[in-house]
Amino acid sequence: MKNTIKFMIGLLAIGLVSCEPEFENAVTDEGFYDAGDADFSNYVSLGNSLTAGYADGALYRSGQEDSYPNIMAEQFGFVGGGDFTQPLTSDNLGGLLLGGQQILGNRLVLSADENGNPFPAPLAGTPTTDVTTSATGPFNNMGVPGAKSYHLVTPGYGSVAGVANGTANPWYARFATSESSTVLADAASLNPTFFSLWIGNNDILGYATSGGSGVDQTGNLDPSTYGGNDITDPNVFAAAYSAQVDALVAGGAKGVLLNIPDVTSIPYFTTVPTRSIPLDAATAGAVNAQFALYNGALGQLVAGGFISPEEAAIRAINFVEGVNYPIMTDVDLTDVTVILIGAGLDSETAALLGQLRQVKSDDLVVLTASSVLGTVPDPSNPLGIVGVSIPLTNQFVLTSTEQDRVATAGAAYNTTIEGLAAANGLGYGDMKSALAEVAANGAAYNGGLLTSTYVTGGAFSLDGVHPSPRGYAFTANTIIDVINTTYNASIPKVDIGTYGTVTLHNN
Amino acid sequence: MKKVLLLTVLFLATAVTYAGGYRVSLQGNKALAMGHTGVAVINSSELVFFNPAGLVYLENKLSVSVGAHGVLADVSYQNSATGETAMTEAGVGTPFYAYVSYQANDWLAFGLGIYTPYGSTVAYEDDWAGSHLVNNIALQAIFVQPSVSIKLSDKFSVGGEPIYATGGVNFNKNLNRTLVDLDGNRSEVTLEQTGISNWGWTASAMLKASENLTVGANYRSEIVLSAEDGDATFENIPNSPLTPFSDTTFSADLPLPAELTMGLSYKHNDFLFAFDYNMTYWSAYESLAVVFGNDTPDSVLLRNYRDASTYRFGLQYEASESFTLRGGYYFDESPVQSGYFAPETPRNDSNGYTAGLTFKVGDRLEIDASFLYLQFDEVDASYDYFVEGSGGPAGLINQYSSFGGTYKSSVFVPGLGITYKL
Repeated sequence: MKNTIKFMIGLLAIGLVSCEPEFENAVTDEGFYDAGDADFSNYVSLGNSLTAGYADGALYRSGQEDSYPNIMAEQFGFVGGGDFTQPLTSDNLGGLLLGGQQILGNRLVLSADENGNPFPAPLAGTPTTDVTTSATGPFNNMGVPGAKSYHLVTPGYGSVAGVANGTANPWYARFATSESSTVLADAASLNPTFFSLWIGNNDILGYATSGGSGVDQTGNLDPSTYGGNDITDPNVFAAAYSAQVDALVAGGAKGVLLNIPDVTSIPYFTTVPTRSIPLDAATAGAVNAQFALYNGALGQLVAGGFISPEEAAIRAINFVEGVNYPIMTDVDLTDVTVILIGAGLDSETAALLGQLRQVKSDDLVVLTASSVLGTVPDPSNPLGIVGVSIPLTNQFVLTSTEQDRVATAGAAYNTTIEGLAAANGLGYGDMKSALAEVAANGAAYNGGLLTSTYVTGGAFSLDGVHPSPRGYAFTANTIIDVINTTYNASIPKVDIGTYGTVTLHNN
Repeated sequence: MKKVLLLTVLFLATAVTYAGGYRVSLQGNKALAMGHTGVAVINSSELVFFNPAGLVYLENKLSVSVGAHGVLADVSYQNSATGETAMTEAGVGTPFYAYVSYQANDWLAFGLGIYTPYGSTVAYEDDWAGSHLVNNIALQAIFVQPSVSIKLSDKFSVGGEPIYATGGVNFNKNLNRTLVDLDGNRSEVTLEQTGISNWGWTASAMLKASENLTVGANYRSEIVLSAEDGDATFENIPNSPLTPFSDTTFSADLPLPAELTMGLSYKHNDFLFAFDYNMTYWSAYESLAVVFGNDTPDSVLLRNYRDASTYRFGLQYEASESFTLRGGYYFDESPVQSGYFAPETPRNDSNGYTAGLTFKVGDRLEIDASFLYLQFDEVDASYDYFVEGSGGPAGLINQYSSFGGTYKSSVFVPGLGITYKL
């Protein structure tokens, strides 16, 4: 009997030991994945809102957890990566307070009406993240929403006092190590062994999303004179960018530089069609009659030498039966307001016609135009319809001329980035091509096709500019590919199908 | 003895049951020690399960067998493409059995059995990589089977009897791979019902072909456990008309498949050799279709199992008056087809190695001990038929996604029982 008991206990002991099923080659074994020539023990990411994990028009906690640097850092964990800290916000609402006063709105969520029709809406609630009380950095993720290239090297960009008067950035002010510190200095103080740098998007994006409301500052080398929606001079960009690369590689760190995608790849510019005004034949005829005087005046303006025949052709208004291009104000047209007043028009009508044309097929109408197109802003004037009798203002259309400015500057930035990557032996992530491919053909993943279509495509959040978690996961995979190639590493990628897209919620 | 008691308590305290599929072939310590053969082995009241027709050949007026097995089972998962890993939470299952046989006269015997032929408990860490397929599942079924055995001639007997099955299920999974509430908590559902019961039957025959050769066959019918008005509990559901999930009832059918066993035993001096062939009609398990009581969209998880065979070999040696030694081997074919390898039943083909002994304590009492080591190769497998389904704007995702990787199972089963003969 005693022997039997011993026998049983012995068997049980064997059982407990053999019960841990082990793989011949376990992914958790050292050496299963390879860091190659790089050292991921201290990874620091620099950049703007994209790097911060901004989405749905806000920076909120769960979005930050799905930032591409955080996803990458988790995968770096398989090849010796260390802790990755982020300046996490206090909640999932996304709004921001300054001394208790809300200065930035909450995130967007996808709501639905009683018929199930979805629409983006701001999430209700009082945010708790306050610029003045947040934890001080530096953090491994040094992504600062809104930052342009030169901001990363601008002292005082994180000054709390500067936030109120518009000279500093509220997100950086949350965790800047001092009033006068720079993002770059804070990042460099972490002595990274590996870094990623994705900056420059906002140097053209502010101009683009505002429909070209800013100024193309090419030729102006003093960024302190720039407005928020201006295009940064490529030399200013190059100077700031190379200073950042120099500082980051100074300690021998390896890294990856990421280029600037085309704005035309994002749903903010591709969702609202250029033709959006449906008219029947009678209405089209009536509207055309209203513009007959203007169309006639164009000929006289050409004859008077005020505009070219080509511009007259661009400006001619013609509505037809079917879906029409809305009318718009194009600030790149010759402003003929004064001339029209001189010809006897009242100043209001002259101003309306001063830089008028219809949207063309190669223009881009921005996402926010969907809330004004076809509306009647003045109920007492039912004939005043935006797009038909009231032109879309400049902010709602990125014209082909404006797109060219954006593309020219972006191409110049990318030349700088690629050159610096090559000169320093760093990885070069062609995010422009990757995003263009998603926009053109989509990217297949386990369980679907990632596209840039607003809401349903899965790649973008509800603001139409910033990626969704799935889009950020795709971004992380794209960069990991570059790192693996550049540094002979074998870092595993993530299954982007396991990352969400838009958040459903009714307030 | 104290230690044995302690172990027994330990087993029972964590009442979880293992099975790779959900058939648990642990219906007797004597039989398990011989590769779980027994359809043609006249040994003890374990025959109530293995072949009731043979009860009439037992030598004792009354025979009682009671026992349990402690199942130590784990499954490891990894995906080398993503680096994801998972391991089931260690648990100890306790399938048990109790059989009584009674010889009414020389041509009629009665029996009663209570045993647990089906069950499954697999628990992964919540929100693990495959949580859209299962977080955890606990399935139990207890069979109660009165038996009649009639000797038609000196060499041939038959048995036939009803089976009453009662069971319960508790199944928790995330709704899909991505749906979360506002704070990022994964949306999940728990399906629970206990006391599901149904009837089935078994029929068997035994032929003593010669002094040494015995042949047997046993058929157990399919029993479908139909959950009706079970509790479906949804958690972390977004507040949105686009995600119409709310607590409700559910119904679902889970087939406990029919099983046919044929085999023989051959006695030579102190040795007994046994061979059993099992065919389990798993093709009855086509899908796990859950129908909810309200507007919540139904859920269909394709299973598409195939009928599966098991080949069992056992050897018994009566070493002395006190000791009988046993050993065995079986090859257990998986019912899971390629592309349908779901982590709630992560079963590939396995090799079972068994051994055990019986120690006689006096004339009437026997202590039966056994152990089973079930060896699995690591297997690269996937479940390719998950539909993301509702939980997003229409058209967002409606195609199959695949969940796969490398699985490795390990199962070790010590068992202990007693046989009492009068």
